[in-house]
Amino acid sequence: MAQMTYMEAIRDGMRVEMKRDPGVYIAGEDVAQFGGCFGVTAGLYDEFGPERVMNTPISEAVIVGHAVGAAAAGLRPIAEIMFVDFMGCCMDELGNQAAKMKYMFGGKAKVPMVVRTPCGAGMGAAAQHSQSLESWFTHIPGIKTIMPSTPADAKGLMIAAIRDDNPVVYIEHKQLLGLAGEVPEGEYVVPLGKADIKREGADVTIVAWSWMLQKSLAAAEQLAKEGINAEILDPRTLVPLDKEAILKSVAKTGRLVIVHEEVKTSGYGGEIAAIVTEEGFDYLDAPIKRVTAPDTPIPFSPVLEQAYIPNEEKIIKAVKQLF
Amino acid sequence: MAENKEKLLEMYTTMVRIRTFEQKAIDLFAAGKFPGFVHSYLGEEAIAAGVCSNLRKDDYICSTHRGHGHLIAKGGNLQLMMAELFGKATGYCKGKGGSMHIADVDLGILGANGIVGAGMPIATGAAFACKYRKSDSVAIAFFGDGASDRATFHESLNLASIWKLPVVFICENNGWAISNAQTSHQNITDISDRATAYGIPGVSVDGNDVVAIAEAADAAIERARKGDGPTLVECKTWRHRGHFEGDPAIYKDPKDQEEWLADNKDAIARMEKKLVGLKYAGQDYLDKIKAEVREEVEAAVQFAEQSPDPEPAEVLTDVYTA
Ligand SMILES: Cc1ncc(C[n+]2csc(CCOP(=O)(O)OP(=O)(O)O)c2C)c(N)n1
Repeated sequence: MAQMTYMEAIRDGMRVEMKRDPGVYIAGEDVAQFGGCFGVTAGLYDEFGPERVMNTPISEAVIVGHAVGAAAAGLRPIAEIMFVDFMGCCMDELGNQAAKMKYMFGGKAKVPMVVRTPCGAGMGAAAQHSQSLESWFTHIPGIKTIMPSTPADAKGLMIAAIRDDNPVVYIEHKQLLGLAGEVPEGEYVVPLGKADIKREGADVTIVAWSWMLQKSLAAAEQLAKEGINAEILDPRTLVPLDKEAILKSVAKTGRLVIVHEEVKTSGYGGEIAAIVTEEGFDYLDAPIKRVTAPDTPIPFSPVLEQAYIPNEEKIIKAVKQLF
Repeated sequence: MAENKEKLLEMYTTMVRIRTFEQKAIDLFAAGKFPGFVHSYLGEEAIAAGVCSNLRKDDYICSTHRGHGHLIAKGGNLQLMMAELFGKATGYCKGKGGSMHIADVDLGILGANGIVGAGMPIATGAAFACKYRKSDSVAIAFFGDGASDRATFHESLNLASIWKLPVVFICENNGWAISNAQTSHQNITDISDRATAYGIPGVSVDGNDVVAIAEAADAAIERARKGDGPTLVECKTWRHRGHFEGDPAIYKDPKDQEEWLADNKDAIARMEKKLVGLKYAGQDYLDKIKAEVREEVEAAVQFAEQSPDPEPAEVLTDVYTA
């Protein structure tokens, strides 16, 4: 095992696959010598050269659109969109083209591409550079949506995403890029659709992903001091979703809190809550709670942004309401 | 236009105001006074100053992520701008927008913008409203060389051309889209060539010559006011700083950087020389302008620092119009 940051782990996952498969390449804004806006692709241009790590113009539509074509023609593109907020500029290419090609063509095409993009608030980047938009993607059948919360998952899920024969949106959190942890070396694969219990507990299940997973772990430590033992379940991939793991955990604890940074209305927490209500109602000893951002755009001012972002305090409060 | 002493002095003052504000903003950001992104307009002052010198209050502008200069040139209030950079309750956007979203709708400033290329369709729409209302107001879209690769550029020019809208597209070609040189993100030298594809006039001007810019913009704006449709004006310039504060811009050739910052290229130094040469002002008068502007900017900082933070509950307001 090596000690790596989340950002290095993402890069390592891409590097492993680029070495193994000559069809894997990277295209995006400033991803070449500059190494990407956050430095995630740093060094890959030097290692793999200008034919496999390519700067594009500011043209999100053709960054994702060309990836659809290249993937349909046999390559495995990794397209970088600098902020998830800019996905609005390429939603047709993703949602109407990449997502639907296989189905519309009667199963005869495949589109093995990854769109890598950072999400999340916390850096004062305001309304158009801070969002969490996973539900934009989970709502479209044909796309897989991944949100790693640890360095090891970041690597293992990246490799799985590249190997997957479907369009995958891989969302990395800006606040996690510097998070360090143990990461297995070489071809470490985390299968898509397999949740991970990040902390075992018997009293309440907290389902959280990405940055909120880390915040939930911190909240669980405090809750433990007050005698509440929370189980923290990280779905890791929202589509496909490991609902069996969620139901199993809720069967054990009888209580469910879902934490996400997305806004509440039409957020993915609503989907998970619905699944548990439909398929695990009998397990529940208390209503399901969601801890989410409010239904507003993301404000700039640090005071307002702190009020916006779900935090440990809000998680603890929600958990305690169930007892 | 060169004979218009007052206008030249006014444009000079605007450039100085932008430069002084920007230098201050950089220092404050480096000192950790506010978070987020600061995209400095240093080096590009002539474009905002020259274009906006032809605008009226009832004209619209759509700005960019590099927006402070446009706002100042259109008459933005430095105190409200600075307070917004600080995220204070007294700022233009009550602290909700920050550097990338400053707006003053009453002054026709439809906002800086965090999405590259997003201002062009909006300016096209504002121009449509001007025409629809049968007013002779116009709209200006500022955008970079990088933004001219987006579909929004092409779609906006096309629509504006067939609807003959009173919009002027001002391309600030500073040679860079973050680390990507213009030569590697597009296969043309003059972005104004793209006007040909839409059957509208396109001109390229020295983006560090405020008089040349004002003249080109004046012609385009008059054409728009008369109902003759849009124009694309490319201003060739150079950003002095990195893409955002914190970017060391190692991709720039130090020789280019040095050349562009030298007095024979820098827009403000050139304008000073011109004003003195034309005997419109002595150096002492120009120094007085600079000192006054410095005080203005200091007052803005003081206002910002003394202003209160927004109340946390403010996060929930302003989502919908009641
Ligand atoms: C749609 C979109 N894509 C990418 C970005 C990230 N980004 C911000 S500024 C910038 C470069 C813009 O270059 P240009 O249009 O030339 O303007 P300049 O920064 O040089 O003033 C990029 C890629 C963005 N904000 N919006």
